[in-house]
Amino acid sequence: MLVTKYVITSSESNILPSDIAMKIYGSKYDATVKETCFGVMINGEEEVINELVKEIRSLDPAGIFIKDRGFPPGDPRRCRGRSGGARPGFYMIESESKILPMISRALASEGEVLAAAEKKRPLPIGRLEEIAKEGLS
Amino acid sequence: MAKVIVYPPTSMILSDLVERMGHKALVVPEAVRKLVTESNIQSPPLNMTPEEPKKGLRYAAVDVPSGVRGRMALIGPIIEESEAAIIVEDPGWLTGCAGCSRTNELVRLLIRTKGIPVLDLSYPTDDAEAKVFVQKIKAFLGGLK
Repeated sequence: MLVTKYVITSSESNILPSDIAMKIYGSKYDATVKETCFGVMINGEEEVINELVKEIRSLDPAGIFIKDRGFPPGDPRRCRGRSGGARPGFYMIESESKILPMISRALASEGEVLAAAEKKRPLPIGRLEEIAKEGLS
Repeated sequence: MAKVIVYPPTSMILSDLVERMGHKALVVPEAVRKLVTESNIQSPPLNMTPEEPKKGLRYAAVDVPSGVRGRMALIGPIIEESEAAIIVEDPGWLTGCAGCSRTNELVRLLIRTKGIPVLDLSYPTDDAEAKVFVQKIKAFLGGLK
């Protein structure tokens, strides 16, 4: 079965989409590559793509992220070149891309064991009453 | 290897972390792919046949908006297949196919009532939270068979 995957690089990664494309062109695998601004799309047989994904990930294990895509690259039903705007799924990628550098750094420092960060809690009612009384007095 | 459903069901970060740690991430694009790349497209362009609304009816009543039933036709079978779940609440950027709030409520409810192990998280806002986020996911996935 033909599958399509996105390969997305963190903005702090030293690997460029063109590096990934060149790696695929130079590999023995039979896959279609489409370069985008945030990474590349790869399309091919499932076994081939799974092997290729492992090799691509080895370029920067903490800085490269892989996501499945339903439609093949350039499919007229989704291609933004034909529809005139960003396709619906792009906004999710765009938003998650903003936190990719943090996730990359966390993956790179996986050995460190951290205590769970304390969650910010809302102000207790009693304290709020005290503040209100102080402010009004 | 466990089959792990992620919420938001189109999340790149969650699906990548699940696959990276040796499990199978159940995501919507895979369900979409099965539909749109079939060699025998019966109902172009997206191949939504009369069977899809019927699948959706298993999860939502007929008077529920068709968008919910249509989405559930794709997400419902994934939930049934799942053996564990990672839920990130309030992502704040759910748009497009994942942008229906009623569907999202139903998806979270069905995951929670299924009785599978669920990890609840929120997206990190700084480096310390990101480390905890990754560690929690790693520990959760490590505990799955």
